[in-house]
Amino acid sequence: MSYELIGITVLWIFLYGYLIVASIDFGAGFFAYYAKQTKQDHIINKLISRYLSPVWEVTNVFFVFFFVGLVGFFPDTAYYYGQTLLVPGSIAIILLAIRGSFYAFENYGSKQSNVYMFLYGATGLFIPAALSTALTISEGGFIEETADGVRLLTGELLTSPYSWSVVFLAIVSVLYISSAFLTFYANRANDMDARELMRKYVLFWSSPTIIASLTTFIAMSQHNNEHFEKMLDLWWMFGISVAFFLGAVFLIYQKKNFGLAFIFVMMQFFFAFFGYGAAHLPYLLTPYITLESGVTNDAMGLALVIAFIAGLLLLIPSLILLLRMFLFDADYVKGKK
Amino acid sequence: MMELDSAMLSRMLTSMTLGFHIIFATIGVGVPLMISIAEFIGIKKNDAHYTLLARRWTRGFIITVAVGVVTGTAIGLQLSLLWPSFMQIAGKVISLPLFLETFAFFFEAIFLGAYLYTWDRFKKPIYHWLLSIPVFVGGALSAFFITTVNAFMNTPQGFDLEGKTLVNLQPLEAMFNPATPTKVFHVLASSYLTSAAILAAITAFIILKNKSTDYHKKALKLTMTATFLFAILTAVAGDLSAKFLAEEQPEKLAAGEWHFDTEEGADLVLFGTLSEDNEIKNEIRIPNALSFLAHGDFNSEVTGLDQIPEDEQPPLWIHYMFDLMVSLGMYALGVSFLYLVLSRFKRWSEHNKWLLWLIVLNGPLAMLAIEFGWIYAEVGRQPWILRGYMKVVEGATTSPHVGWMFLLFLLLYILLGTICTLVLRKLFKDNPAEAELEHRYPEIADGGGKE
Ligand code: HDD
Ligand code: HEM
Ligand code: HEM
Repeated sequence: MSYELIGITVLWIFLYGYLIVASIDFGAGFFAYYAKQTKQDHIINKLISRYLSPVWEVTNVFFVFFFVGLVGFFPDTAYYYGQTLLVPGSIAIILLAIRGSFYAFENYGSKQSNVYMFLYGATGLFIPAALSTALTISEGGFIEETADGVRLLTGELLTSPYSWSVVFLAIVSVLYISSAFLTFYANRANDMDARELMRKYVLFWSSPTIIASLTTFIAMSQHNNEHFEKMLDLWWMFGISVAFFLGAVFLIYQKKNFGLAFIFVMMQFFFAFFGYGAAHLPYLLTPYITLESGVTNDAMGLALVIAFIAGLLLLIPSLILLLRMFLFDADYVKGKK
Repeated sequence: MMELDSAMLSRMLTSMTLGFHIIFATIGVGVPLMISIAEFIGIKKNDAHYTLLARRWTRGFIITVAVGVVTGTAIGLQLSLLWPSFMQIAGKVISLPLFLETFAFFFEAIFLGAYLYTWDRFKKPIYHWLLSIPVFVGGALSAFFITTVNAFMNTPQGFDLEGKTLVNLQPLEAMFNPATPTKVFHVLASSYLTSAAILAAITAFIILKNKSTDYHKKALKLTMTATFLFAILTAVAGDLSAKFLAEEQPEKLAAGEWHFDTEEGADLVLFGTLSEDNEIKNEIRIPNALSFLAHGDFNSEVTGLDQIPEDEQPPLWIHYMFDLMVSLGMYALGVSFLYLVLSRFKRWSEHNKWLLWLIVLNGPLAMLAIEFGWIYAEVGRQPWILRGYMKVVEGATTSPHVGWMFLLFLLLYILLGTICTLVLRKLFKDNPAEAELEHRYPEIADGGGKE
């Protein structure tokens, strides 16, 4: 495998990892706020904070890893995306900053506050919307290259049906993934009230998720037909994704095996995400950057791959330790520790 | 006056974000070490006072970490958003340490989570202490990696330039460039110094406001001893940095010292003012000291600004930044030394009101020294962003929206700074150490620490 292919695969895996852990986190923020408004917070908020407290910083690192790695393996992306994404990127940073710090203030500080809760809930939906812009732009048609640099065509972006369908898909997916995980987690904690509430949410958000996926497909065929055709070539990936979706909804509806159901949800997104990504290649930014044209030199490529392997050897045991302490330690989950 | 173009605004936004991040980054590097030391002493001496100290520091620390993480994420993204051309070029040579840094974050984040939630989960407390090691090592590694990037910007190497393309890239050589050893040493030492000084300042403040208890006296002793040791280390590292500059980046030292003419036996100029035609007035002059600072020899030759092309000279006001940094370093050394001397002798009290106020002052001053130091180092690199290869204006974004973003981030930092302070104050006010001691360790709450 060439460095560029290794590089993009690694980065895509990390982006996928971020998609899952961040969705859980973003959605949980929204549910916590919603539950408070509808006076159901006594049911789920304890559960949410027990899971989130030890892991929120780790979630953030997934994201940092992705964008630092992207610029490392493909320095040209810094130029094109950096130049064009100043405004949406800055807004996303500010939202992330408010969310992360206010979560800590609320959770480790001494007082519960409605304002913190609101910011925490609202940013959970705005951040995915802002971040998904980067993927939208990568489809091409939203950037113009002129003599004095590249710039974003904001008007086109705001009026494109494709761009809005991606935003919609991002938001509903967040709620769907998050509720599926929290159902599993509540079940593990033997908290039946919370489980039932979350289970209702998954079932509720499952249909918008699949509808949004379809509309995105259709909008894509209008916006970037080449990418759409390549996705059709990979139809089996999306077929498997839908099969996992049906499996997950079935299990949750039947109140069976919530752990497996969440794995199905992860698989559903895995296949869809990788199908989308594979069909996107060779472009990293249509039509300006391809894998080949954007990749860094061999020396740096090799150094980064070695660094990555060494890093994983350090991280995987540590992550397993963390998961064993908090996610798989039944006493901790149940709140006895 | 200065023109507010994209490049200038990008500089302002970068400076603001870094200036804000560095406060929390410094705490993030130094405080875990202090926590680890306190917990270790607590276990060794079997003294619950120290354990409680570690616990309470951790609780405050976690709040500052949150701000450190979000502002760090901001600067990480802003590097690409504001300096796209610079990152496109420099990224080819220097992305290795940036990438490694994310692993250090991962490592630190994972163990911080574990450390935080497992205080009473182990039968043997030493296991819990072990979890603190990866936390402070992770912080030090982050500082190491990011500082190599900054060092690279000052003394780039590890590549050849052929026309506009970079060839023969050697990532390790770029990372271990001539500026790396002294810079890393100085950054680490000053972070430890500043963290110790801040913890000491808080303790001294509480002693002044309330009654002093055994718990607070022990805390003050520990933090002031650390301040003293790290102040020495920082001064040694700073001296080595100056010697490095004299060799490799003479224009920065010359501008910082108002050293205009290359000469042997150069004087060290402290403070003073500069007239229109670069005449130095009102200064304190120490004969031959600059030669000693630069090369360790009172009669050696020190390169002056006359050797540097006019348009490559850094602004001369960085002289004040340098002097302030050094003075504040001397202040930290002096105050901690005074405290240690007074505590040696039974006849004097080291909890003298005046001394305590000096200690309180030392905390914020040390943080200011960090800010001055960075401004000196960064502005002293002007006009280069990549010394000798790329100027700042060439690296900046051409986007017309930077000004608005500057205002937006300014608001964000004001908000974060204010709320962070309020939350921290409330956290400790609502739960004073005496109450917590009573609650957690009733057996020692009144009287001595030992069981
Ligand atoms: C508590 C903070 C603190 C204190 C007391 C000092 N410094 Fe410092 N100094 C820093 C904090 C700092 C810093 C923030 O860490 C810098 C900024 C960039 C860097 O590498 O370290 C720095 C930079 C810096 C540089 C420029 C290095 C470069 O650009 O490569 C020199 C020459 C010195 N320092 C010298 C000194 C001397 C001779 C001191 C005498 C005691 C001293 N510093 C005290
Ligand atoms: C990845 C490494 C770094 C990059 C790419 C970088 C880049 C820059 C740039 C482009 C500027 C504005 C141009 C200028 O005014 O000099 C700047 C200024 C500054 N940077 Fe760095 N820097 C890096 C590391 C650091 C670090 C680690 C710090 C410490 C926190 C720091 C502190 C500062 C400060 C205080 C300024 C303000 C200087 C001024 O007022 O002009 N920098 N940096
Ligand atoms: C250009 C300069 C810098 C960049 C791009 C940068 C980037 C970052 C990023 C992305 C994070 C968040 C990591 C996470 O998600 O956990 C972070 C946090 C951190 N940074 Fe910076 N950083 C810079 C300067 C510095 C400096 C100069 C130091 C140390 C002297 C430092 C030390 C830390 C530490 C210790 C943290 C962990 C947060 C904490 O414990 O408070 N950084 N930085």
